[in-house]
Amino acid sequence: MSTVILSPPLVSETTTEPRWVQRTLIAVALAFLTLFLFVPLLAVFAEALKKGLGVYWAALVEPDARAAIQLTFLAAAVAVPFNLVFGVAAAWAIAKFEFRGKSVLTTLIDLPFAVSPVIAGLVYVLVFGAHGWFGPWLAEHDLKVIFAVPGIVLATVFVTFPFIARELIPLMQAQGTEEEEAAIVLGASGWQMFWRVTLPNIKWGLLYGVILCTARAMGEFGAVSVVSGHIRGLTNTLPLHVEILYNEYNFAAAFACASVLTLLALVMLAVKTFIEWQTRHPHPAAPPAATAAGDTPGRAVGDPA
Amino acid sequence: MSLPLHARSLGLLAVLAASAPALAADASLLNASYDVAREFYKDFNAQFEPAWKARTGATVTINQSHGGSSKQARAVIDGLAADVVTMNQQTDIDAIAAAGLIAPDWRTRLPYGAAPYASTIVFLVRKGNPKGIHDWDDLVRDGVQLVIPNPKTSGNGRYSYLGAWAYAQEKYASAEQAQAFVGKLFHNVPVLDAGGRAATTTFAQRGIGDVLLTFESEVLQIAKEFNTTDFETVVPSLSVDADAPVAVVDRVVDKRGSRALAEAYLQALFTPDGQRLAARHYLRPRDPAILAEFRDRFAPIRLVTVDQAFGGWARAQAEHFADGGRFDQIYAGAK
Amino acid sequence: MAGTGARYVLPGFRLALGYALLYLGLIVLIPLAATFLKAFTLSWDAFWAAVASPRVLATYRLTFGAALLGAVINAVFGLLVAWVLVRYAFPGKRLVDALVDLPFALPTAVAGIALTALYAGNGWIGQYLPFKVAFTPLGVVVALTFIGLPFVVRTVQPVLEDLEHDVEEAAAVLGASRWQTFRRVIFPALAPALLTGFTMAFARAVGEYGSVIFIAGNVPMVSEITPLIIISKLEQYDYAGATAVAVVMLVLSFALLLLINLLQWWSGRRRIAA
Repeated sequence: MSTVILSPPLVSETTTEPRWVQRTLIAVALAFLTLFLFVPLLAVFAEALKKGLGVYWAALVEPDARAAIQLTFLAAAVAVPFNLVFGVAAAWAIAKFEFRGKSVLTTLIDLPFAVSPVIAGLVYVLVFGAHGWFGPWLAEHDLKVIFAVPGIVLATVFVTFPFIARELIPLMQAQGTEEEEAAIVLGASGWQMFWRVTLPNIKWGLLYGVILCTARAMGEFGAVSVVSGHIRGLTNTLPLHVEILYNEYNFAAAFACASVLTLLALVMLAVKTFIEWQTRHPHPAAPPAATAAGDTPGRAVGDPA
Repeated sequence: MSLPLHARSLGLLAVLAASAPALAADASLLNASYDVAREFYKDFNAQFEPAWKARTGATVTINQSHGGSSKQARAVIDGLAADVVTMNQQTDIDAIAAAGLIAPDWRTRLPYGAAPYASTIVFLVRKGNPKGIHDWDDLVRDGVQLVIPNPKTSGNGRYSYLGAWAYAQEKYASAEQAQAFVGKLFHNVPVLDAGGRAATTTFAQRGIGDVLLTFESEVLQIAKEFNTTDFETVVPSLSVDADAPVAVVDRVVDKRGSRALAEAYLQALFTPDGQRLAARHYLRPRDPAILAEFRDRFAPIRLVTVDQAFGGWARAQAEHFADGGRFDQIYAGAK
Repeated sequence: MAGTGARYVLPGFRLALGYALLYLGLIVLIPLAATFLKAFTLSWDAFWAAVASPRVLATYRLTFGAALLGAVINAVFGLLVAWVLVRYAFPGKRLVDALVDLPFALPTAVAGIALTALYAGNGWIGQYLPFKVAFTPLGVVVALTFIGLPFVVRTVQPVLEDLEHDVEEAAAVLGASRWQTFRRVIFPALAPALLTGFTMAFARAVGEYGSVIFIAGNVPMVSEITPLIIISKLEQYDYAGATAVAVVMLVLSFALLLLINLLQWWSGRRRIAA
């Protein structure tokens, strides 16, 4: 580990590629992204702005659109924290411990990806629908799950279920257990170890996971469509609102609403930049540990990064 | 960090939950309807709300839910609390009735078999009609490409299929020949979009196909949004009567105590004002007097009903669109 | 060594696993069990007729084939994109990095519409291509590639960022060429993440509906995907038939995913042992 510090000039020369290779790889990567990502995105914005900024803005502030945006944010705001806690717990168990049936568990976590969104909505109809398992009980107590907000949240949780766990598992596996073990051996409590060792190590993976999870939660269409009931202004999320507008041949407004979701990426970019900046300039007033016991593992861990 | 986020979202959740009973007290009505009816019901609600206020002094909010006709019916069966359903095929209301939410005699509770208006399938061709399309026979010619939405997933597609079949049935003696005709027609279809509006976009924006089969009432909407001079309407010699039945969902209105409102809402569809509004949306009103008023809007087509040509919707569904039915056979044979 | 040692030292195993299992059960397993039970209300013959008619079999071929192809494309190019983003500097890199997530944020229907507009015969891209993409099975591959794009990039990226340079350096000092170093040192370290990304992209693509229906053409036996079969069964109020097809999809996906995960575990174990 100390070689990094001993021979910094060596790094750049022996662990990178010749200029022309770099340029070719960058060109190929960008060409791929252009064809499959940038041009489609450009098309969305081109369509959205086709009738001018006025129409674009009007499409967003219209009451039904605002209600849809609020509902979409609400669903994501509930679904992401739930999946965040699950993701960390599942990744901790899977990546740091050996136990029987681990592959099966990992595969079960992947499963919601493979479930068609159409079915993801249907499963909750089968459970909570009027003819479902809990349907009669819910009706008796005048509680609504599907065709109401809780159903939309549930469907969103389901389709974004694996994101954070799956992001963290390979990362935590690659990191191994030595650092955490050192912390524990040196007397840190479980929470101290988690906050001071594990979390700093996984923060980028965690952030990616949260970003993906949030993005997907807001963009989900199929599953939510099944459980939403499509009541305009009440249970329509933004993607469903987009569908309505598209079906009204109101393409400019449809793409305008769709483009709102893409602005998310810019927000995430800002968040990431901010966190990066924070880590590069740690606050001098906050020492890594208050107790002597916590101090030692903190320093040991800080070294290789 | 996640705690305030949680708290805030729970607060929002509470607000949303609270808003539901508040609306109920204000006299609200949920109309679960099919996809392409949204423009009509938007205008109809705007006509009904003040009329109801004038009559009873009460303010009413009509909420609209639109989706594929069968999808909407499923939602109502599974618990979507719609007071009224306004569908575009009878089987969908029958399915809700079979689930016990609507009384089985719903068709007799309103005039004209509980269908205030109907539409029919016509052809939209490109400017100047370069392929010389005049009737169903022209659609099976080699080199003619058609855009029809998927009959398995859209009412528009089902009626297009039935229109072709009804025509072939009159022309040819046997069901085999009719199936061959309809099979040939569908082999000219390169894209089976999931819904009617998506099919329009494929035809109008992507430039696919020579003919689009769609509802007469849709042509108006298409003309509004796309360049009208690019297309022409062709009216076939015979087409299918696509009536749009409506019903009060008994189970829901009895629970919510909204029966009077729901019934008044549907009855308003059959009043002269309601019928005229339908006609203005290029939906054929059932009232003969109003239909006569708008004669210039509706080309004379010989219309056959599903009951006449197919012995009712239940039989048509089982014979043609069920898995392994005639529509599937068309493609199974073609392999 | 890491495994057995960790069991005694690290805390929280029971809590973490217990919570994960509970949550998994509530959100995923119980609802999915409802699907299975619904499907098994059918008799065996009816089940078989629902899931194995020629038209349905054709959709499995297209759905799984296109999903696999899309995932392979994403594995190759996703790795490349992650590599370029982590290792090289070029103008606009940050923006590119941020935009990679967008296929998730875009509602799938919008993605489908945008891709169809671009790849149709009269579209920005389609008009320059000598072959048809939109409304053919190729269109399905394009849509599935798009929606799975972020997976590989985002799983490989953090691992690549974490990778210590010293191993690469050691390899270089020992006389390995850059390509050898990549193949023998870097790639094995990235392999688990790459496989994870591939798996996620594949799994996601298998079930995709919203974007595909716009670009596929949906012609039976040719360009129809399995989720569309489920929808058309639901249109006939055939819940049991729809869930039967869903169950087949689930079992097939689960088997494939399990295979990939076992492969990953096995290779990981071998690596640790070596």
